[in-house]
Amino acid sequence: MTREDMSAKKLAMLALAGALALHGHFALAQSAASSPTVIANSYVEAPHNWQWWFPAAASPMQAKIDWLMQYVLWIMAGVVGFVGVLMGYVMFRFRAGRNPKPSQTTHNTLIEIIWIVVPCIILAVIIIPSINLIYYEANDSDPYMTVTVTGHQWYWEYKYNSVPGLDYTSYMIPDNEIKPGQIRRLSVDHPMVLPVGEKIRFVITSADVLHGFYLPSLGVQKYAIPGTNQTSWTLIEKPGTYFGQCNQICGLDHDAMPIEIKAVPLNDYLAWTKEALANYTENTVSQPLSSPMPRNQLADATR
Amino acid sequence: MSITADDHALLAHGHHKKSFVARWLMSTNHKDIGTLYITMAFIGACFGGTLSMIMRQQLMYPHNDIITNGNTWNAIVTAHGLIMIFWFVMPALIGGMGNWFVPMMIGAPDMAFPRLNNMSFWFLACGFIFVLLGLFLDSGTGAGWTLYPPLDNAQYSPGVATDFSLFSLHLAGISSLLGAINFIATILNMRAPGMTMHKMPLFCWAILVTAFLLLLAIPVLAGAVTMLIMDRNFGTSFFEPSGGGDPVLFQHLFWFFGHPEVYIMILPAFGIISHVVSTFSKKPIFGYLGMAYAMVIIGFVGFVVWAHHMFVSAISTDSKIYFEVATLVIAVPTGIKVFSWIATMWGGSIEFKTPMLWAIGFIFLFVIGGATGVVLANAGLDQELHNDYFLIAHFHYVLSMGAAFAIFAGFYFWIGKMSGHQYPEFWGKVHFWTFFIGVNLTFFPQHFLGLAGMPRRYPDYADAFAGWNFVSSVGSVVSGLSTLVFFYVLYAVFTSKEKLADNYWGEGATTLEWAVPSPAPHHTFEDVPIIR
Repeated sequence: MTREDMSAKKLAMLALAGALALHGHFALAQSAASSPTVIANSYVEAPHNWQWWFPAAASPMQAKIDWLMQYVLWIMAGVVGFVGVLMGYVMFRFRAGRNPKPSQTTHNTLIEIIWIVVPCIILAVIIIPSINLIYYEANDSDPYMTVTVTGHQWYWEYKYNSVPGLDYTSYMIPDNEIKPGQIRRLSVDHPMVLPVGEKIRFVITSADVLHGFYLPSLGVQKYAIPGTNQTSWTLIEKPGTYFGQCNQICGLDHDAMPIEIKAVPLNDYLAWTKEALANYTENTVSQPLSSPMPRNQLADATR
Repeated sequence: MSITADDHALLAHGHHKKSFVARWLMSTNHKDIGTLYITMAFIGACFGGTLSMIMRQQLMYPHNDIITNGNTWNAIVTAHGLIMIFWFVMPALIGGMGNWFVPMMIGAPDMAFPRLNNMSFWFLACGFIFVLLGLFLDSGTGAGWTLYPPLDNAQYSPGVATDFSLFSLHLAGISSLLGAINFIATILNMRAPGMTMHKMPLFCWAILVTAFLLLLAIPVLAGAVTMLIMDRNFGTSFFEPSGGGDPVLFQHLFWFFGHPEVYIMILPAFGIISHVVSTFSKKPIFGYLGMAYAMVIIGFVGFVVWAHHMFVSAISTDSKIYFEVATLVIAVPTGIKVFSWIATMWGGSIEFKTPMLWAIGFIFLFVIGGATGVVLANAGLDQELHNDYFLIAHFHYVLSMGAAFAIFAGFYFWIGKMSGHQYPEFWGKVHFWTFFIGVNLTFFPQHFLGLAGMPRRYPDYADAFAGWNFVSSVGSVVSGLSTLVFFYVLYAVFTSKEKLADNYWGEGATTLEWAVPSPAPHHTFEDVPIIR
């Protein structure tokens, strides 16, 4: 974050402290969840019980990850299967009862060369598409918009770089406040709302300790590191709700800072930004007053 | 191990009988120190295993209430990792079996520096006290065994618990470093006449490579830990962004140690498996030189792949490609090992005694763990798989099944030589099969949890992950019960009256430890053996 952001924040914080104290959490809970544009999406991509494969790919990146995973896993399954069959055969054929006299062979140059060369070929076959995927994942150029994601103990803050002033926090719904339709441990009070079909860049950082910004159905994962901006990107293909979780140990409530994304058509997204800007004005201060300020902000505020 | 038997051995050699304190607290004998290390490993495994049982019980159901405080949970996660690595696997394989058998296998009367050897052990024992203080004081050390800052700096982990955990790593590190120096000096200088490096048993090769890895990796850990201690207590900002430091630097330093550490835990296991496979196939090792140099290559390449633990941390695209390719290269020497073990069995006359069951179990499960390792080496896939349960399953397949299976293989293989009494074959097999089922039931479903997106180090999870977590927890109960069978095996060994031959495994066992009586007398090879 730049110094300008910080001082804007500081001003807003001072000006709106009273308002926040009065309205409290209730006032904030009105906004996104009750917004008609968001409720319109019925598709929910959440983990389901006994799931044994990736979530359905919701972005081209996850589709590529899914493809490469199957590709590599099948090759490795072949290797494991080959070793398993070989061992089964050896155990059966050369058990003491059947083969009482052991051979004393200890060398066979040809076979030793084969079991070096063949694995090298297999690795080459894996490496080529794998490197392509690395370049694909790294290409975050020309995004439609950028969201700055900041990890905090223990919530996320989303700042829409293209919508000045739109910067809000997202907390998990506590277990005892879960309402029908919400998912325990995954649903949040203010989801990140994104347009479908557009390339979205995430700038990921942290205000305190390391966090992990992890969106399994979109194939996005990066550590949120204080003092460092990491980038990743996504392109969500269909409207719906997608979930992620913090995936780097971050203290007491590491398991209680999920990520919820509502993907909506572009027009709905644009409408939402206006709505959110109005609704979230008092929420532009990302800190609830009760929680301690991260050290670097504290330093700025007292400078 | 068996005090009476060893005392007879002592008397037979004309030494006066030592008091308990003199023998066990001031020991300079490699076998006694080996026994102390194995005892340490046993205690560590009991602690670390209990912690894992507690974790699996908590994770058995979503919204469970065994551990309700996230800090307690994180402290248990951290202590489980540290204890299992530094106070179970390492003392069992390196300090324990290494001390017991390396001098015997190379025909040396003892380690090169016996007093240093004693010091290594007691540093480790003190470290164990420190790591327990790190668990129990305040709210414990909650940064995970990787100890990434800023979570464990003074702001986010106030209190002395984290300092104790950090100092416990210093103590364990000094212990390992001194032990490594001792092993290198012993193996390079004290081989019996005629035992050239290329005739040395593979377990000694494994320990030699491991010792070099420790020698080069531990100082880096010590540096990183010292910087953390300085950041916490003396106001430096090595890893503090607000002071110009960088948390990512710690990750580099930690994994420069941490990745060789993986091979430090598995190379001695490779050594043991080679001996067991060769003994019970009644065949010499296939491709001995290839086996030895495969370990050297693994050790060397193991030093240049560390950043594959950081694929979603701050690391450039080109670095990702390099570290991915370098990591995958390790699959080649590892493949040499696996195929050479199978080729050793090929044409053999295989007896499925308990140690061989553990060894075969090791090879197969290690191949599964290696296969998922190849998957995880793909930096592109790590955006999906990093830090989720797929990773947990992967490294427990190579540790909880790889290293632990090799420890049990070594235990059943050598317990007769160490104690003078054989284990009960039936109960050994019961132990193997129940443990095999238990750990597979525990860890295989964790692959699915990871693919479904369950992150690690969560005390509570979305209800959708309940099914496989339940299966996994049931598996951990099976492994726990299996451990009770192992306790019975121990009881049976130490109460046995049976006498054992020098070479109780017969024609397949050819290394020097089988030329001395069982139990091995207090002092072996006072007359230098000649190797032809």
